[in-house]
This record gives sequence, structure tokens and C-alpha cells, in this order.
Amino acid sequence: MSDHDHIYSTKFQDKVERSTLLMFIMTALTVAVGGIVEIVPLFYLPNTAMCQNDPTCNGTSHKDLQGNAIPMDKIVWNPATSAHKTMEDWMPGDGVRPYKPLELAGREVYIREGCFLCHSQMIRPFRDEKDRYGHYSIAEESMYDHTYQWGSKRTGPDLARVGGKYSDEWHRKHLKYPRDVVPESVMPNFFFLEKAPVDVTKTVKTMEVMTKMPFNPVPKTIYSAEYIAAAPEALKGKTELDAVIAFLQSLGNEVKFEEGVNYRD
Amino acid sequence: MEATNATPVKYDMDVVRWFTIAAIIFGVVGTFIGVYVASELAWPFLNFDIPEITFGRLRPLHTNAVIFAFGGNVLFATGYYIVQRTGATKLWSNKLAWFHFWGWQAIIICAVITLPMGMSQGKEYAELPWWVDIMIAVVWLSYGLNYVMTNAIRKTSHMYVSNWFTMGMIVMITYLHVVNSLAIPVDWATSYSIYSGVQDAMIQWWWGHNAVGFYLTGGFLGIMYYFIPKQSGRPVFSYRLSVLHFWTLTFGYVWLGAHHLQYTALPDWTGSLGAAISLAMIIPSWGGAMNGMMTLSGAWDKLRTDYILRFLVTAMAFYAMSTFDGPVMAIKSVNALSHYTDWTVGHVHAGALGWMSMISFGALYHMVKKLWNTEMYSDRLVNVHFWIALIGATTYVVAMWVSGIMQGLMWRDYDEYGTLTYTFVESVSAMHPYYVMRAVGGAIFNLGTWIMLFNVVMTVRQASASRSANPVAARA
Repeated sequence: MSDHDHIYSTKFQDKVERSTLLMFIMTALTVAVGGIVEIVPLFYLPNTAMCQNDPTCNGTSHKDLQGNAIPMDKIVWNPATSAHKTMEDWMPGDGVRPYKPLELAGREVYIREGCFLCHSQMIRPFRDEKDRYGHYSIAEESMYDHTYQWGSKRTGPDLARVGGKYSDEWHRKHLKYPRDVVPESVMPNFFFLEKAPVDVTKTVKTMEVMTKMPFNPVPKTIYSAEYIAAAPEALKGKTELDAVIAFLQSLGNEVKFEEGVNYRD
Repeated sequence: MEATNATPVKYDMDVVRWFTIAAIIFGVVGTFIGVYVASELAWPFLNFDIPEITFGRLRPLHTNAVIFAFGGNVLFATGYYIVQRTGATKLWSNKLAWFHFWGWQAIIICAVITLPMGMSQGKEYAELPWWVDIMIAVVWLSYGLNYVMTNAIRKTSHMYVSNWFTMGMIVMITYLHVVNSLAIPVDWATSYSIYSGVQDAMIQWWWGHNAVGFYLTGGFLGIMYYFIPKQSGRPVFSYRLSVLHFWTLTFGYVWLGAHHLQYTALPDWTGSLGAAISLAMIIPSWGGAMNGMMTLSGAWDKLRTDYILRFLVTAMAFYAMSTFDGPVMAIKSVNALSHYTDWTVGHVHAGALGWMSMISFGALYHMVKKLWNTEMYSDRLVNVHFWIALIGATTYVVAMWVSGIMQGLMWRDYDEYGTLTYTFVESVSAMHPYYVMRAVGGAIFNLGTWIMLFNVVMTVRQASASRSANPVAARA
């Protein structure tokens, strides 16, 4: 018996090693398992903010201390049931809404400049994070964030609830020349955003794209044809700096969090 | 390992030579950009108010350059080298391999142009615009087809273990790249992921961690299983351990991505599952590391004279260390501290500089000697490169470990009145000395890659000179 016929492991392993096809198939199956188990359920289970065409978001139910369920339209803004019917009327606390045109344009700049590489938008349920940044983030808050922006690094502070914390004027100064406002900052100067006008065509197209998303699209009742048609007017004369500030100011005040509610179960 | 044919096989090694040279050049370029972005954090004036070179645009260029330009070219050079020599066969298609070579370099050029322009999809390590993603898919599949078919036409009975790992990488990266890159374009520069929020986060880190697990680990373990035995002249320590290593790693690594999202809005079960499997992964990882190290048993004395072997063995030490560091960081209570800090950056670079680069340098030196059929221009410079790389990597990693833990502790510190002790910006200024130290460590490491480039250029020139002087001997 030659050495090549000797089996040093199991018969099956030996067979796999001799056959390119079998090795290919076995490998393709083995590497698929983990992803399927961890990812596929996230499209079906509650508490994953998969809300398309389903006001309960896959049966999500956040309960208060008395065990009463909080209606989901308090978490995710639904113009049909809310007192405030349009994007203009929407008030902080009405629930998660899609971005307004200028905010969306700002978000594009935020991604373009790689802000997510140094700033997270995901507050964890710890005492210090609550004291520093505010209530922990919940899944619904990023349901319209196509290309999520949770980030992985805090070279700078978390921005999930930066909306309303500073004035527009502070942001303007800080974004242009951060060290004029915060001497220890290591952030680059983004003064050039002030000279760049907002890309209106791109923003309008982005709004259309957001309504076509296969998962969690922006409802066409919110991004209606009229609303999209009115976007160029809202963007008129605005700079990329205005847009980024509008985006930052929109972050984190959408849901009114009730004391004692566990939004994580 | 290699079939002992009566007539020597004629391999397609030209394309391997080109991949090798490309790898060495991009090793220099990628780490240089790394030093620059690290310096921008230490001295922000280095952004020079030029949008194209601000940290946010240059950092993706660094990660893409080291992972896909340097790492990619190393993987393809070694992959094509190993598959031919262990299968005693030429490539299935030499033409397709050349398409792969030029296609991959074209992708790199696209990255160099688009990333500084700010064309980003906003996903870490998958920033490249959607049309470059399509180019990647096409070139990657051409590689996969060629690789699998070359295995299929091999003259040897069994597929060698290195080829299992490379095949695993090819399959997994195809899954990951396709699923994670699904996006709807707005225009040439911008596109948005079809997933949002929780689902997008999980898919991104399924991609992100497995780019590490299969591309930067699986593929490089293929290198380890071929070049350590070759360079040390000893057979792999344990065949059975390599079987165990391969299947457990292939099955297990896929689950780890969720540990990047602990305590986020991702459901707890997913993060906990990722953490549990992460801990279990110490077993295959250390099994593999031991397998590489113990291959030297009976030949440890070679480390005194063989500088290439020093790279390969040190890489295994770093591999063992990173695969211990990683699971520890995946433990939920540790992750609560380490997440969002520079500890993560330190961990990544322990793997990237210590494991991945070291094993690459060793394999590249080994291949240069074989491919050009010559000795190195200077063995002493190989040794100098080794020590410089080791000092640079250690300086970098220590700076980031220490500062990362400090950062995490500062953020959560409370004073006696129950208020936060430090403002955020105090943690930023406390980082400064460590950012300087990190930039210095990176610069030292980068210096080593320049030495390698010089040494290899001189070696190739020397080989060509001797070949033209003595054509008969060179052909032998």
C-alpha cells in the first residue's frame, strides 16, 4: 500500500481532500451556517425595527413598569395616527421619521467625509453613557438609516443625540475650525463645506432611492411625489455646511423615552 | 507535498513574480499612508486644509491599501505559487491569471482616485463605490475559477492543506462581498445600502470580521502551512491538527461579527452568541498556532541563522497573541470597556503588523529567492528588516493597548460626588502622547518595508545580471 492510499484521518475527510468539487461544496456549506443563523432572524424577529408595511414592526412591544405595551406609533412616527400629519408639523417626540431634504443632503456629506470613522451614533445602556450622551439608542431610531452610521470608534464623542445640544452657530464655528472652539480637538477643519452648495439633483434622487429600498423603505405617504417635488425649494441657496448642521440637529430627539421602560426586550 | 515527477513541471511563475513585486510596493505605500493618517491624529495641522487628504477620506485609503492592495497581492502571489507547486501543475489558465493581475491593480488605482474624492459607501472596509464593487466581484470570480480549476487538474492525489484555506477564503469572500455590497446607486459617487439599522449593522460586521477571518487569517494560514514547512525543512507538525484547525475555523469564524455590536440596538442574543463562539475560537486558533510553531521542533537552531524563518515564527507568536486578545475583547464585560476605544485599533494592528505582515514578509523573501533562482542581495538587511518590523509593531501595539484601556477607564470614571470625572475632550488630549508613539511605531514599521523594497530590487537586478552573464546556469 503506497503512502498516498493511507488514510490518516477519517474516510470522509480523505474523500474530501481528494475531490476538488467535494472540498468546494463542503466549504461553501460550512461557511454559510453562521451567517444564516445570525442574520436571517433579524429580518423576522421583534425588536429589530423591521417595520415595512407593518405598524407593529414584526410584533415589537415595549412595556412600561405596569406591563402596559407602548403603542408602536409613539416610537415610529405614523402620519396616519399622529396628531402631526406632515413632515413640517412633526415635532420632536412624535417618533422616528425619515430625514428632511436638507438633513438627507447633510447625511451624504457626513458619509462622504468619513465622519463615522471617528464618531459613533450608538449609545449603549451604561450609566456613564447616559450621563454623557443621553438615553441608550434603540433599533427603531436607525430604521431609516440606509447605510447605518453606528460607527465603531470614538475618537470624537458619540453623536446619536447631539441634536439640540449646541446652537447652529456653535456647529458652524466648530465644523469650520474645530480648534477655535475646542483647542484640544484633533478634528480636521471643514471650512470648505461653507463654499460648496448643496447638490440638489443628488438629494432629490436620494429621496427617490430611499422610497425604493427593499427593506424599510421610506413610505411613499411621507416621501410623496409632492414632498419630493418641493425638495429643491427647501435646498435653495443652502451650503453643505448648512446641510451637515441640519443633519446633526436632527439626531436623537425623535422618540420620547418614558422612565422605567425597557426598550431592549 | 510536491510530486516527484520524472520530467520537471513547467509552472506559470511570471504572474506570480508580478504579484510579488506589486505586494512589496503596496506594502510600502499602504503602511506609509497609515503613518500619515496616524500623524494627522497626533498633529491635526497635517490635514493641511486639503479636503482630499483629511483623515476621514485618507483613513479608508489606508485600510483599503493595506488589506486589498498589499494583502491581496500577497495572497494572490502565494496562492498561485502554492497551488502550482503542491499540485505539480501549471495554472488552469495563465491568461485568466493575468486578467486577474491587471484587473486587481486597476481596482487599486480606482480606490486611489475615488476614496480621496470622498466617494464612500459609508461601510468600513467596504467604502469603495458600487461600480468598483462590481469590478471586484468580476476579478474575484476569475481568481476563484482559476484557483479551483487549477486544483481540479492537479497531478497529486490530495489537496494540500494550504489550498483548503485559500478555497475557504475564496468562497466566503464571495458571499460576504456580494451580500454586504448590495446597494442602490444614486449616481457614480454615491449609493446606499439596501439594508438599514440593525440588519445593516449585522451584515456589515459579518463582512467586517470575516474579511479579517477569511481574507486576513484564512488566506494567510494557507501561507503559514506551506512556507513554514518549506523554510524550516520540516513537515507540518500535525496533519490531524490541521484538519481540526481548518474545519473549526471555517465553521466558527463566521459567527464572530456579532461581537462588534454588543450592547448596541442589536438584539442581545446575537451579540452573546457571537461572544460565546469567539471564546471557543481560542481552541482552533491556538491549535493552529501551535501547529505552525511546533513544525520547528528539532529545527529551532535554524532561527539563529535563518532570518526568513524568524519572520515566519514571530508571525505565529503574534497570531497566538491576537487570537487570545480577540476573544478576551469579545467577553461582554471586557467589550463594554474596550469597544469604541483604541484598544480595538491595537488589536487589529497586532494582527495586521505582527501576524499578517510578518508571515507575508517571510513568504515574500522565500519566494523572491525561488522565483528569481538566487540568494538575497543582502541577508543582513533581511535581519535588519526583521528587527525593525518587530520594534515598530510592538511600539504601535503597546501604545494603542495602553491608551485604549486608559480611554475606556476615563470615559466611565465617576468622582466622589457621583458625576463624570472627565469631559470627553480631556480623554482626547490624554491620547496625544500615545498617538505620537503610535505614529512613531508605524513609521519604524514603514521604514522596514522600504528596506525590503530596496533589498528585493537589488536581488532581482543581481539575478537578471547573472542570468544574462550566464544563461545556461540560470535556466537550470
